[in-house]
Amino acid sequence: MKQIVIISGKGGTGKTVIAGAFAALAKDKVMADCDVDAADLHLLLDPEIKQSHIFSSGVTAFTHKELCEGCGACRIVCRFDAIREDFTIDPISCEGCGFCSLVCPQNAIEMKINTSGKWFVSDTRFGPLVHARLGIAEENSGKLVSLVRQKAKEIAEEKNYRWVIIDGSPGIGCPVIASISGVDCAVVVVEPTLSGLHDAERVVDVTRHFNIPVKVIINKYDLNCDMTEKIECWSKDKNIQVLGKIIFDEAVVKSVVEGKTIIEYSNNQVAKTLRTIWRLIEEELERTN
Amino acid sequence: MIISVASGKGGTGKTTIAVNLALSLSDVQLLDCDVEEPNCHIFIKPVFKSRNAVFIPVPVVNQNKCDGCGRCQEVCVYNAVVVVNKKVLLFPELCHGCGSCTYFCPHKAIEEEKKEIGVIEIGKNGETQFVHGKLNIGMMMSPPVIRAVKKHINRKKTVIIDAPPGTSCPVITAIKDTDFVILVTEPTPFGLNDLSLAVEVVRKLGISFGVIINRSDLGNKKTDEYCAAENIPVLMRIPFSKKIAEIYSRGDSIVKVLPEYREKFQELYKKIEQNKNQPGIK
Repeated sequence: MKQIVIISGKGGTGKTVIAGAFAALAKDKVMADCDVDAADLHLLLDPEIKQSHIFSSGVTAFTHKELCEGCGACRIVCRFDAIREDFTIDPISCEGCGFCSLVCPQNAIEMKINTSGKWFVSDTRFGPLVHARLGIAEENSGKLVSLVRQKAKEIAEEKNYRWVIIDGSPGIGCPVIASISGVDCAVVVVEPTLSGLHDAERVVDVTRHFNIPVKVIINKYDLNCDMTEKIECWSKDKNIQVLGKIIFDEAVVKSVVEGKTIIEYSNNQVAKTLRTIWRLIEEELERTN
Repeated sequence: MIISVASGKGGTGKTTIAVNLALSLSDVQLLDCDVEEPNCHIFIKPVFKSRNAVFIPVPVVNQNKCDGCGRCQEVCVYNAVVVVNKKVLLFPELCHGCGSCTYFCPHKAIEEEKKEIGVIEIGKNGETQFVHGKLNIGMMMSPPVIRAVKKHINRKKTVIIDAPPGTSCPVITAIKDTDFVILVTEPTPFGLNDLSLAVEVVRKLGISFGVIINRSDLGNKKTDEYCAAENIPVLMRIPFSKKIAEIYSRGDSIVKVLPEYREKFQELYKKIEQNKNQPGIK
């Protein structure tokens, strides 16, 4: 079984559209939406939820005002500015370390378990999907990503499937690191803009930092062919394979509006390129078996 | 006034809005709080005057003083301190720097040392003051770097904050204690889904906000319908244009190449002033 993650550094370069296409093209796979902050893959895959679970993670302080004598020990030790002047807690700033609760001489501060989100196992027309929704303004998205991945891997092993395909999140921080750890290949989707390249460079550095094999797709490449050339040169310098270049086509937006993957929506150039890219990924990853 | 620009979904045009709004107003300070993938500097092209590292405190154990009692492990909720065979093992990447292990160690065997997790750079281009933060490669936690950028807020100026995408801790750290949030979206099912999540975040924080619909002619009408039903002001619409996409791709700003947009961004600012006292309107 092989795990592939689609990331980009910069947001909006086309991760989910490409993940959706891979869902339509790959045989015997489990899909995992690891952009738990702003999950969108379900909008293409139309899941029927089979299991729904609460994700509890971490704790938040809560002051029992009737017990508090206002000594202020909690405010002295808190490094997250989470204790207000009246010694109640700002739950958004609280990182749940529990320091305040431990120093309170009155035991007036309780650490309450957070319900930080939900995760789901669903059926789709392309097979199983594991996805999640982080609660609004909650933390620990990295832990929820790890949980979604773990579940997807279990399903793939149980069914003896060949692939786990992971839709990642933008950025280079905690959820991204959780989504790439231990995968067989990270596919970085780059758009031909200075920002796109700048961000791809940083996320490629992260994959290299963790020794994750990496490949590149250039999306909407014709929006700036000079930049595309720069990205190709950069990839060559860095010894990264460019799996393909996808043309800009408004049909992609239309397919999303209809809730279809681009493979189902059309046999246009975008779909053809994606078919070739998927074939390449299959060949490359099977060779490393 | 402090205006933050956020989105839920990535790539909807936060940086474009933040940069062009900043360049259309006078006496502005622009802060790039997307410290995982900062991009504003590509467009602003500032001359940087200073560069400071951002540190978080992480524990170090003096093995000579430690008797392996395990109190540090008991108080650490992040599993960053583990005691095995009376020996303390530290996992600094899990540490939030709360300081409780140091405080509670009965033998004063734990001290804190500074670990660099990012850098802050300060500069300007012409009238525009500029600050951004960069998370170091391989580091997990961006909020401390975001907080370090925000320490440089100059309230005497119009402050514009470019926030990271998403709906969790990094965004909240960036938009918290700002006076108005611009949510930038695109009229697609992805854009709308993530917009509605971002709206919940902003409402939870009780900050006034409005929406900008970018590439407003690519997609469907559902985003407009959503904003109307939720009574959310649509502050601006920018139709898709290959010209704008091309200007963006080479790192130029719209208002420099297409000066007619300057007025549109000034109008945007006026609309923000009109809407800034309606927290979480519904």
